[in-house]
Amino acid sequence: MRTMTMVAAINDALALALERDPDVHIFGEDVGVMGGVFRATDGLQSRFGTDRVFDTPLAEAGIVGMGIGMGLAGLKPVAEIQFAGFLYPALDQVLSHLGRYRHRTRSRYHLPMVVRAPYGGGVHTPEQHADSPEAILAHTPGVKVVIPSTPRDAKGLLLAAIEDPDPVFFFEAIKLYRSVKEEVPEGHYTIPLGQARIVTEGDDVTVICYGGMVEVAQKAAEAARAHGIGVEVIDLRTLVPLDTGTILASVQKTGRVIVVTEAPRTGGFHSEISATIAEEAIDFLRAPILRVTGFDAPYPPFTSIEDAYRPNPVRVAKAIRKVMAY
Amino acid sequence: MVQLLTPGGEVTDPARLPDPETQRRLYRLMRRARHFDERAWVLYRTGRMGVFPPYGGMEASQVGTAAALTHEDWLFPTYRDTGAALTYGLPIPQTIAYWRTSPHGWAMPENLKVLPFYIPIATQYPHAVGAALAEQRRGTQNVAMAFIGDGGSSEGDFHEALNFAGALNAPCVFILQNNGWAISVPTRAQTKATNLSRRADGYGIPGVRVDGNDVLATYVVTREAVERARRGEGPTLIETVTYRVKPHTVADDPSRYRTAEDTAGWDEKDPVVRLRTHLLAQGHLTEAEDAEIVREIEAEFEAALAEADAYPEPTPAEIVDHVFAEPTPALRRQRAELLAEEGQ
Ligand SMILES: Cc1ncc(C[n+]2csc(CCOP(=O)(O)OP(=O)(O)O)c2C)c(N)n1
Repeated sequence: MRTMTMVAAINDALALALERDPDVHIFGEDVGVMGGVFRATDGLQSRFGTDRVFDTPLAEAGIVGMGIGMGLAGLKPVAEIQFAGFLYPALDQVLSHLGRYRHRTRSRYHLPMVVRAPYGGGVHTPEQHADSPEAILAHTPGVKVVIPSTPRDAKGLLLAAIEDPDPVFFFEAIKLYRSVKEEVPEGHYTIPLGQARIVTEGDDVTVICYGGMVEVAQKAAEAARAHGIGVEVIDLRTLVPLDTGTILASVQKTGRVIVVTEAPRTGGFHSEISATIAEEAIDFLRAPILRVTGFDAPYPPFTSIEDAYRPNPVRVAKAIRKVMAY
Repeated sequence: MVQLLTPGGEVTDPARLPDPETQRRLYRLMRRARHFDERAWVLYRTGRMGVFPPYGGMEASQVGTAAALTHEDWLFPTYRDTGAALTYGLPIPQTIAYWRTSPHGWAMPENLKVLPFYIPIATQYPHAVGAALAEQRRGTQNVAMAFIGDGGSSEGDFHEALNFAGALNAPCVFILQNNGWAISVPTRAQTKATNLSRRADGYGIPGVRVDGNDVLATYVVTREAVERARRGEGPTLIETVTYRVKPHTVADDPSRYRTAEDTAGWDEKDPVVRLRTHLLAQGHLTEAEDAEIVREIEAEFEAALAEADAYPEPTPAEIVDHVFAEPTPALRRQRAELLAEEGQ
């Protein structure tokens, strides 16, 4: 075990993947000499060479499109999109091709590709650097979506994503890259995609979240505990595939649900979770399902009011009080 | 490569030189742009400015090009092009506000046709084609100018825009600032092409390569392209060959990816010094006039800074403003939530 930040754990996973499997190739903007703008690929080029870890021209559609070709031809491409907010030029490749190759060739071809991208707010990045576009991907058939919230999970999930035979988007909360540290097992291990993690157990309220919102939910849960309210915090870890089993078991126990995300409110993945609970467990609900989310506006580039956009423990605590009082 | 003034300040093509009045104007604009860049660094270090992408050393590339426009023309700048926006006429207080991430910097003045600095790479190139076409369809002679970097010219949008502009004969002037780097990636790793102006060939439009540290050359070449566009003869691609001496942003550490040798020699090509040497030698400027220009520019900036300092901070409810002309019911609810939060 070694104490690591999330970015170090991701670097460790990438190095292990490169070491274990000669088909793994890492590429993107500034991932080589510079080691990525967040240093997630630091040192990999000097260790594994410029064939395995390389800078591409600045073109996201090209990065994903080329990765699709590499994947079709038997490699395991691991692409980095510099910020999730700059994934949009590549969406044509994602929507038209990445998600459908297996289906449109009846499994003759498949795409074992991983696309990593830093996402989310909380660190005062410039305009368009803090987007949370996971719902767009989760709504695209044929791609998986993974969003870790701890260093240990990040490493195990990333290795699982790279070993997965299908395309996986791997979103990394910028806020968490260096702010959390924990013991991470040495060497290779995987955490299966599609298994949520119960962060804290509780009998009164279920708070469902992922990525950068897990620590926010945890803080709200701690505050609630001081008032005698037991909050079960569930970290989804993967949106696709979604672990409905863990969600429903918790809802059956608590009967009260809050879903937390920093993405805009309307049409988000949180609504999918709410709908699933309404379909499968309405009889267990003792209060309406509440969503604590960002707003239906672009993530504000205005530093002084950014923090009002992103859900914080106070907003989650308020939702907890509301479902308890219903 | 078009060059009118050598790094030592020698005139190579007297016939194409703009008149002394224009030369002095360009000099003043360059000094003004440089002053902003230098002050922005200091403000950043003292916590009075947000993350800022410097352009110091690229003034000739930005000022010479933007100075060829009038306020009837359109400007589509990237984050790197504060110097171009200031030259075009974006007021300094608003420019400061923009880089302070205050909404006052996003409210573009009604009397200018400039868009907020574009953050996603290359996406504004097709917008410029559209704006140029709109002007043409309305029967004006106004043009649209868009900026991009050497890295940005790898994006699909860049190529689609050049092709559209050529095919539709849009009055566009495309400025490709080749400053040698896209963050850590040198141009030679970005593309096998060694002359980016020749990208124009593929789309059947003229491509011009110009010394991007020679403001007289960038101005003359851009004026010609603007006039061509005004005459209805279509778009031009201008590659300004310059250098990013400074880091990618004030928060970037270029020592990770470039050596001192990489940058050596470029300071001597300083565009401001080059023109100053020439103007002094020609008697178009005296030391006393130069000192006066600097004093005026400093005073203008300090007044603008005071104005920017006086802008009120935004309130959280502004997050959901300006999403639609009429807020949706959901947005109204969300605004009320924000106001309730503020009230507590
Ligand atoms: C679509 C998109 N992808 C990635 C980025 C991140 N990024 C910001 S600047 C930059 C390099 C740009 O280089 P270049 O176009 O040469 O312009 P320069 O900064 O050198 O002026 C990158 C990759 C972005 N802003 N937009």
